[in-house]
Amino acid sequence: MKYKSQKVAYYFFALSMILLVLQITYGFIMAFAHYGMDGLHDIIPFNAATATHKNLLVVWMLSGFMGAAYYIIPEESEHELVSVPLAMVQLYSLAAVGVVAVIGFHLNWWEGRKFLEIPRPLDYLVVVNVLLFLYLILMTLIKGKKRTTTSMVLFMGLLFAALLYLPGMIWFDNQTMDSFFRWWVVHLWVEGVWELIMGGILAFLLIKLTGVDREVIEKWLYVIVGLTFISGILGTGHHFYYIGTPKYWLMIGGIFSALEPLAFLGMALFAVAMYRKGEKRHPNKMAINWTLGTAIISFVGAGLLGIAHTLPSVNMWTHGTFVTAMHGHLAFWGAYGMLIFGMITYVMPQVTGRKRYETKMSEYAFWLSNIGMIAMTTAFAAAGVTQVYLERKVGMDFAEVQIAMEPHFLMLIFAATIFATGVTLFIIDFVKYGLPTDEALETE
Amino acid sequence: MLSKSQAKVFFLGGTAVFFLIFLGLSWHSMSIAVPKQTHEENMTEAVVRGKVIFDENNCMGCHTILGEGAYYAPELTEVVERRGEGYIKAVLMSPIPWAPRGRKMVAYNFSEEEAKDLIEFFTWIGNMDLNGFPPKPDLKQN
Repeated sequence: MKYKSQKVAYYFFALSMILLVLQITYGFIMAFAHYGMDGLHDIIPFNAATATHKNLLVVWMLSGFMGAAYYIIPEESEHELVSVPLAMVQLYSLAAVGVVAVIGFHLNWWEGRKFLEIPRPLDYLVVVNVLLFLYLILMTLIKGKKRTTTSMVLFMGLLFAALLYLPGMIWFDNQTMDSFFRWWVVHLWVEGVWELIMGGILAFLLIKLTGVDREVIEKWLYVIVGLTFISGILGTGHHFYYIGTPKYWLMIGGIFSALEPLAFLGMALFAVAMYRKGEKRHPNKMAINWTLGTAIISFVGAGLLGIAHTLPSVNMWTHGTFVTAMHGHLAFWGAYGMLIFGMITYVMPQVTGRKRYETKMSEYAFWLSNIGMIAMTTAFAAAGVTQVYLERKVGMDFAEVQIAMEPHFLMLIFAATIFATGVTLFIIDFVKYGLPTDEALETE
Repeated sequence: MLSKSQAKVFFLGGTAVFFLIFLGLSWHSMSIAVPKQTHEENMTEAVVRGKVIFDENNCMGCHTILGEGAYYAPELTEVVERRGEGYIKAVLMSPIPWAPRGRKMVAYNFSEEEAKDLIEFFTWIGNMDLNGFPPKPDLKQN
């Protein structure tokens, strides 16, 4: 690392990993409940488990993005972070809000709005927290010597992610309008501004890992984020097919969401092309694996599995079934999970000064987590197709269909065990690096 | 070959144009189309109270409504048509977990009033124009 304050990233990554472990634990609770083993029902009913699972996903990823930003921004702008103590305050307050929210979910304190279950009073604390984060990043950029495209794209992604949280805080009496603006947040996050963040982080990693000229990488970064917004903004329409919204969304959502994979395809081609072009290979091979992995798996999970059910004629049957869960899991993992893992893998040797490249454990972590997640996706797909066929096409009763789906949940539990083993190895490897130290500072 | 500044224009211009279109369509949906398609004139105080109960208990954490939510419990969009008010009331007011085929629902033990509000909410939802969702099973054998 080049600046002492980049060490802050480590603590956000650590929080990220703790929340991920909790998220996976709750995932298991849900999978077992679907398999018919709901022994925890009295303490953790399914709706508490799912609210926890989904919100921890959002928070561990945001914490990962924040960690990435705290590492990238000082290096790109060539200036120490303006205040390390304030960054730590931001970390602890983020963790505190998260803990209170999760406890609240178990005490029936929430809003029944998928992905945005955090109750309104806590929403305001989230806003304050994110404003503090943005202030620290912005001041560092302003005081810094350079404003690179990579850092500006990353900052814009973070800024718009914060702004787009606001439409989700407006109260509507009409369920349809409530959902309409909930998708403004959720869709425009994951298929919009989060991809800016992804593009920024990916560009940074490629610059560092492949040695390709910054100008070339940043030019393609613009093209890719351009494709993201051109397709993704109106692609929001694929959430507005069947919720009481007008028919024109069927056509608009269909056309533009069918174009959404282009951005991910662009990202995959871009990463592979830059890797091939690069003459200076960074010795951190595992970071390269994760970086190429995120570009490729996001295309499969978010792009291909997305288009598989995004056309209105298909979505009419799959809307509200496990087909959505199939796409959701590989998309989030490929686009954002693997990206954060890649960033962590690159950053750890930098901030701890321990060049533990290519340990056996990190290789197993990579392969097991990916094989496990792909197997999970397959199990969700089998469950989803079964559900669509029996419940939607044949018209069997909901409960009977759920029983017919149980074998797929057993498969899901096996697959998730492989995935969780991979993640556990990754975290053990993370811990083995030890704490960040000023001795890791590079003197040029 | 494309230059970096051209790429930047492509990104900023494309984003601005498509965001403006999106804003326009959203405005139209919100102010004209949705009130009509959802029959907002029938959205009584009881319906809104029902929505609040639905929201405060995170019913969407197990059920889907308008096809949105979790997949642990049945879709509720047409629940009134499918089950009738009596059955729904019994489920909502049950003091012990309702468990069809072993899958437990939280025992909410709602009051008569609350159950009525929720049923009003479901009735209102069931009358929306959802562009044909949920589709009728086309392979059903009787």
